[in-house]
Amino acid sequence: MTAQLELPPQPTLSRVGTLLRARELGIGIVIAIVFVTATLKNHAFANSHSVQQLLTGAALIALLGVGETLVIVTRNVDLSVGSVVGLSAYVVGSTFKHHPHMPILLGFVLGIAIGAAIGAINGLITTVARVPSLVVTLAALYIIRGVDGVIVNGKTIDPGSIPKVFQEVGYRTLFGVPWLAIIVAVVVAVVGYAMRSFRAGRDLYAIGSNPDAAALAGVPTGRRVFTAFLVSGSLAGLAGALFLALHAQVDVTGGNGYELTVIAAVVVGGVAIFGGSGTVLGAALGAVLLNTINQALVASKVSAFWNDAIAGALLLAAIAFDRWLSLRIARNLRSAEGAHRNV
Amino acid sequence: MSDTATRPPTTTSYAETGSTGRPSWHALLRWESALVLVLIAVLIFGSSKSSTFLTPTTFFFTGLNMGEVAIMALPLLLIVMIGEIDLSVASMLGLSGAVMGHLFQSGWSIWAAMGVALLVGAVGGALNGVLVANAGLPSIAVTIGTLTLFRGVAEIILPTPTTRLIPTSLTKVGVVPIQGTQLAYSAAIFFLMAAIFAVVLHATALGRSLVAIGLQPESAQFSGIRVRRIRFGLYVASGVICAFAGILFTLKNSSASYGAGSGLELTVVAIVLFGGVSIFGGRGTVLGVVLAVIIVGSLQQALTQMHVQPEVQNIVTGALLLISVLVPNSGEALRRIRERVRRG
Repeated sequence: MTAQLELPPQPTLSRVGTLLRARELGIGIVIAIVFVTATLKNHAFANSHSVQQLLTGAALIALLGVGETLVIVTRNVDLSVGSVVGLSAYVVGSTFKHHPHMPILLGFVLGIAIGAAIGAINGLITTVARVPSLVVTLAALYIIRGVDGVIVNGKTIDPGSIPKVFQEVGYRTLFGVPWLAIIVAVVVAVVGYAMRSFRAGRDLYAIGSNPDAAALAGVPTGRRVFTAFLVSGSLAGLAGALFLALHAQVDVTGGNGYELTVIAAVVVGGVAIFGGSGTVLGAALGAVLLNTINQALVASKVSAFWNDAIAGALLLAAIAFDRWLSLRIARNLRSAEGAHRNV
Repeated sequence: MSDTATRPPTTTSYAETGSTGRPSWHALLRWESALVLVLIAVLIFGSSKSSTFLTPTTFFFTGLNMGEVAIMALPLLLIVMIGEIDLSVASMLGLSGAVMGHLFQSGWSIWAAMGVALLVGAVGGALNGVLVANAGLPSIAVTIGTLTLFRGVAEIILPTPTTRLIPTSLTKVGVVPIQGTQLAYSAAIFFLMAAIFAVVLHATALGRSLVAIGLQPESAQFSGIRVRRIRFGLYVASGVICAFAGILFTLKNSSASYGAGSGLELTVVAIVLFGGVSIFGGRGTVLGVVLAVIIVGSLQQALTQMHVQPEVQNIVTGALLLISVLVPNSGEALRRIRERVRRG
C-alpha cells in the first residue's frame, strides 16, 4: 500500500515506478480501446455531441471522486457524499425558487457551504471522538437523507423555477468542451497539484501509509484528516449545485446511491482502499472509464442491462491488478535488498 | 488504535487492531442493557403516539417488513466479527430472486428454481470468498465490485418482473402469519437462525475462532485456526443465506424483479453496527443484533403509523447508529479533550 511513496532511485525500482505512474496512462488506454470499439460498431459514437455526453455524464462522479480520493488516501472513507449531493441540490434549487434573482454564483457558494458544513461535522466526529469514519459517514448518509426528506416534503424543484443562466452551466460548452467538464478539470488540476507538491498533500499519503508513524513524524494527523473530510464535503456540495444545473430538477431521490459508485470509480482509478496511494487524476479517469463503458454499451445497442455486470467485473479486475502489482513490487524490493547485500 | 484507521483490516494491512477489540465482558453487558432500555423507550413512545401500536398486527407487520434484512444481518454479523465486510448482501438477494423468477417463468417447478437460486448464492459467496480469503483482496472493495456485478447479472437474467403465478401455498408467507400466532414466517425463520448463530458464535470452538480472527488474524493463524478456510466459509454461508432471503422476498411479493432489495446493504450494515458489533472485528453478540433488528423494526412501524415519510425515518436510523459509536467512545474522547485543554 505504501508503494507510491517516493522511493529512492534504484535501478530495479525505477521500472516499477514507471509502471505505477503509468496507471493513469493505462486507464487512458482502456478508455481509448472502449471508445474505438464503440465507434466501429456505431459511427455516431465519435461525433462531438456524443463525446460531450461522455464528459458531462462522468463529471459529477469524477468531482465526487476527487474528494473521496483525499479521504480514502488517509485510510478513511466518506459514505455521505450521495446524500450531500441530494441535500445541496434541493436547497440550492429551493433558494432559487424563492429568490429568482439571486446571482447564480451565490447558488454555487451556497451548495459548497452546505457541503463544507457537513464535511466539517464528519471530520470533527472522526478525528475528535476517534470513531471509525465508515460508521460516522454511514450515519451521516442516513441523517442527511432524512433531513432532506423533511425539507423536500414530497415536492419537486422543476426547471421553471431555476434561472436559465444557471441551467446553462449544465449544458453549455466552451470551444466544444462542456462547462461541467471544465469545472471538474480545474478542480482535478488544483487538487492534483496540491496532493503531489504541497506538504499537506504529501502528509495525507503519509497518514494513509502508516497513521502512527505519520503522527510520530510530526504530521498533524487530526487536522489533515479533518481537512480531507472538509474538502470532500465541499466538493460534494458543489456537485449538488452542478447536479441541479445538469438535470434542472431534483426531488428527494437526488444523488441516491452515488456513494458506492464513487468508491467504485476511485478504486478503478487506482486509489488503494486502505490508503496511502492513488491520485485524483486516476480517480477522475476511473469515473470517465465507467461512464464511457456505460455509453458505449448503449451506442453498440448491447443491452444496457450489461452495464452493471461489466462495471462490477471491471472493479474486481482493477483490485486484483493492484494486488498483483503490489506483490510484484514487494518481490522486487526484496530482491533489490538481496542484491545489495551480496555486493 | 490510531485515529485514522477506519475500516476492517485485512491480514495484510495493520496488525494493531487488537487493542480496540479487547472483549470486555462488562462493556458488552452494558451495551445490550442499553439496547433493552432503548427498546422499552421505543415501545412506550410508539404506544403513546398510536393506539394501534401495541397490537399483534403491528408485531406481524414488523416481522414481515424486517424479515429479510434481519436474516441477512446474521451472516454479516459473523463476517464483521472477523474484521471483514460484505456489501453484496442485498444484490445477492436480488440475484437469487432473479434466478428463481427466471427459471420459474420458463416453466421450471418452483422448488427446483429455489434450489438453483440457493446454488447461485453459494457460487456468488464463493467468488467473494476466493477474492477475499485466497487472493487477500480488501473485502470492502471486493464486495462493492460484486454488489454491482450481482445486480448486473440479475438485470441480464430477468430484465422484466415475472408474471407467472407462484402457488399461493408459498406466497402466503407474505400475507398471513404462522397459524395460531402473530409471527411472520420470515421473522420465525430469523429467530430460529438467530438461536443457531448464537450457539455457534458464543458456545462453540468455531465461534471463539471467529473472535480470535477478528482480534488478531496473525496470532489466530499461528494458534492453529484455519483463518483462510473460515473466511472463505463465511462468505459462502453469507451468499447462501442472502439467496435464501431473496427467495423469501420473492415469495412475499409473489413476483421477482432484478431490483429487489436495492440499497438495503447499508441498512443491514447499520443494524449490525447498531447491535454493538465492532467494525474492527472481534466484538459483538447475536443478542445485540436481534435487539437492534427489533428496535429498528418497531421504530419504523411506530413512525409509519404516525405518517412520517420513509425518507424522514432515515434520521432515526442514522442517529441511533451515531449514538451507538459515540457513547462507548465518549469517555475516552472527553478525557483526551480535557488533557489537551490542560496542556493548553
